[in-house]
Amino acid sequence: MLTNARSQLRILARDPILLALVGVIFAAILVFVVYPLAMVFITSFQDRGQWTLDHYGLLAERRLYKNALANSLSVGAMVGFLGVVIGYIAAFVLTRLDVPFKKLLHLITILPIISPPFVSAVSILFLFGFNGLITKQMLGLQDFSIYGFHGVVWSQVFTFAPIAYLSLRGVLASISPTLEDAALNIGATRWQTFWKVTFPLTLPGIASAFLIVFIESLADFGNPLVLAGAAFPMLAPQAYLEITGSFNLPRGAMLAVILIIPSITAFAIQRYWLAKRQYVTVTGKPTASTSKIVSDPVKWLLYAFVLLFALIVVMFYAVIIVGAFTQVWGFDYTPTLAHFAYVFNVGFKTVIDTLIIAIITTPISGILGMLIAYLVVRKTFPGKSAMEFGSILSYAVPGTVVGIGYILAFNDYPIVLTGTLTILVLCFVFRYVPVGIQSGIAVLRQIDPSIEEAAQNLGASSLTTFRKVTLPLIAPAFFSGLVYAFVRAMTAISAAIFLVSANWNLMTVQILNQVGSGRLGVAAAYSILVILIVLVAIGVINAFVNRMTRHTNMVRF
Amino acid sequence: MAEAVVIRGLNKQFSSPDSPDRTVHAVRDVNLTVEPGQLVTLLGPSGCGKTTLLRMIAGFEEPTSGDIMFGDRRMNDVAPNRRDAAMVFQSYAIFPHLSVYENVVFGLRLKSLPAADLKAKADRILEITGLTAMQNRSPNQLSGGQQQRVALARAIVMEPKVLLFDEPLSNLDAKLRETMRVEIRELQQRLGITALYVTHDQIEAMSISDRIVVMNGGVVEQVGAPWEVYARPATRFVADFIGKANFVPGKVVDGGVEIAGQKFSLAHPTDQPNGSDVELVLRPEAVALSADSGVFAATVKRAMFLGNVAEYLLEVDGIGEWLVDVSNPGEVGLHERGSRIFVSPSQASLHVLP
Repeated sequence: MLTNARSQLRILARDPILLALVGVIFAAILVFVVYPLAMVFITSFQDRGQWTLDHYGLLAERRLYKNALANSLSVGAMVGFLGVVIGYIAAFVLTRLDVPFKKLLHLITILPIISPPFVSAVSILFLFGFNGLITKQMLGLQDFSIYGFHGVVWSQVFTFAPIAYLSLRGVLASISPTLEDAALNIGATRWQTFWKVTFPLTLPGIASAFLIVFIESLADFGNPLVLAGAAFPMLAPQAYLEITGSFNLPRGAMLAVILIIPSITAFAIQRYWLAKRQYVTVTGKPTASTSKIVSDPVKWLLYAFVLLFALIVVMFYAVIIVGAFTQVWGFDYTPTLAHFAYVFNVGFKTVIDTLIIAIITTPISGILGMLIAYLVVRKTFPGKSAMEFGSILSYAVPGTVVGIGYILAFNDYPIVLTGTLTILVLCFVFRYVPVGIQSGIAVLRQIDPSIEEAAQNLGASSLTTFRKVTLPLIAPAFFSGLVYAFVRAMTAISAAIFLVSANWNLMTVQILNQVGSGRLGVAAAYSILVILIVLVAIGVINAFVNRMTRHTNMVRF
Repeated sequence: MAEAVVIRGLNKQFSSPDSPDRTVHAVRDVNLTVEPGQLVTLLGPSGCGKTTLLRMIAGFEEPTSGDIMFGDRRMNDVAPNRRDAAMVFQSYAIFPHLSVYENVVFGLRLKSLPAADLKAKADRILEITGLTAMQNRSPNQLSGGQQQRVALARAIVMEPKVLLFDEPLSNLDAKLRETMRVEIRELQQRLGITALYVTHDQIEAMSISDRIVVMNGGVVEQVGAPWEVYARPATRFVADFIGKANFVPGKVVDGGVEIAGQKFSLAHPTDQPNGSDVELVLRPEAVALSADSGVFAATVKRAMFLGNVAEYLLEVDGIGEWLVDVSNPGEVGLHERGSRIFVSPSQASLHVLP
């Protein structure tokens, strides 16, 4: 093994650029991913410089913390369950059944993924809050409270069911419908075919989607902060309150560690255990065959369900748009531009700040993602799997934990970054690069390695090979990495809320502040602006990637 | 321009991916010299180490021990992009996002040649390889044979010291394979480039090589001109892998051999001591077959008509099974299964395995 590592190092030494690159990336992962997390752990075990377990003791003593943990876990499980049910039905209907408007329904279903984290929360307040359109105006309820378990669960279901949908869509698409045909052919009923063939084959995918939604729910910060209410504490907002409210860093760190444990466990199960158990019975081009295992009435029933979900999504956005142009929701429905005027007069610096941060983050994150994917798939060097693990680690860690880690790590000697643009950019880059890495790895594994060897063979260095051959070929992954980085930089809140300052503020934080002070109209106006910017940016990035790789669109792999 | 390729004591051990403690000895103690301008084929079954050897020469694999020299320069620590050993890949590895022309000039652009030189070189190679008319096409608009030509043009245009071929024709259909191998050989001779060519196809190897290196299990079994490895195989493996062979037991007697009581003289004397038991190689086409008379009597066990030859499986009395080919069988017809006939080995073709 040792001689192996030595010979890998020798190969690396022949290519100084590669060597330098590997070194720099390792250093960056250590400083900006591992070190902040380590600081969270260390701080949670310390009290005024002394090692102690006292903070963890509070978890047993204090009802607040105990409830926060229980509430977060039960909400996560509930949202995971509902998200998977909705996602599975939507995926089944939109991949397997012959129904109208599939493309449109698909787009509506995934819309919540690109929107800021408060759209559903703010919509729910508009509709079901104390002055809610449905609860107060239409039903005349005076003492209905949406805050608590129900509010958070419903808001999160609409935020995260689309993620379950996307994941299950991939699972269903990779299972050949001919298997169902085969079961029907040898005499199984439709019901038997579903429960004995389709369901077992998709079971690992279902478990995986459940865990993904569970992780997202645990890590979610915006919905609980807006909708949990004081009587229903949850881990992520509680950790935030400990730090910004009571300036109690060790307790915040302790809650962060408690938050990490279920997240990392779920992530490990999903990635290292379930992923290997997923079935792929379609290789190459998926066969376009519609499922025959549902009868017509069932088919339309399922379709109606998907339609209903899409309608609610549309309604949420409609409410946001109407709300942004309404004087005072619940009292005065006169149309107005006042909220937008407020955004552009009082809050315009935040808009510019957010744009600057997103525009700096996007290319760095996109290129770094492709570079790491390239190194991991194509190169051998000691510590390769550590690099892959380190680079996706921050994806599994809830944003709140990352945020706390960053203020603990970069507030003081040796690296002081708090309050700067740099800390926000670094946080976003390392938090959102994993998606680019994962899609880059997936695409690269499908590209014949001899294409890159051919470039080297013709005299291209590693860097030239990457720039002139690899990058154009992985353009689709590059594109999704860029879009994801931009969308997240525009919509992130959980880590960023610890890192914003008077100098550098974010629109999402502004939305939260506006919700907090009851100005829902302004919050809605900000949300619409975020969505518009994201849509424009996707168009721009698409055009840019197309230009960069003019020939690539002629090539199919 | 052409350089010799010298390989000394080359070894490659892979640690197997499943259990890092176990190693696979892919290439074992290989010594080889390729003279300048020669085309040498590395021939062997899959897994024999021929591709690993070629990839070590290209620099894509790191030898565990031993030296790779181009001329008198040791290449072991030279990165693949500085070796000047252009390679034609089995999968062609054409850049799918670049046009034919851009593929061909890819390496030249990296050398930052003056634009006029670059154009002149590219035009010449496109002309030679017959790609001029399709230089602006995208690779996915090309047939397999045309893609093969692009891969070849892209390598040759570099005017490399050494040209490497990794089973370049294995993805083409049989007819095209024959045309392309003639083209490759003519081009290589015309440009006088030293070339190493990996293949598992013995006919391909024999038709284009100056010399053939037969490999098996990571070891070089024999190096020789095509006729040598065929007519004078150094090992039983070589005899069996290249063409078809009957292995006949015999005994060395007074510089000749005795097979089942019959004495034969040898065209090439063996250095095995008098009286020792040996194994002889007898090619199926080196046996005459007659209904009336011959050296050994035999029974026909199977007769197959293949067009240009008839292939017989015979049970030769007192010796065993022989494969025998009779050419132009359309004229004489087939001996039926079960019929008794006579066979006579050609003395000049008898070869004693060392």
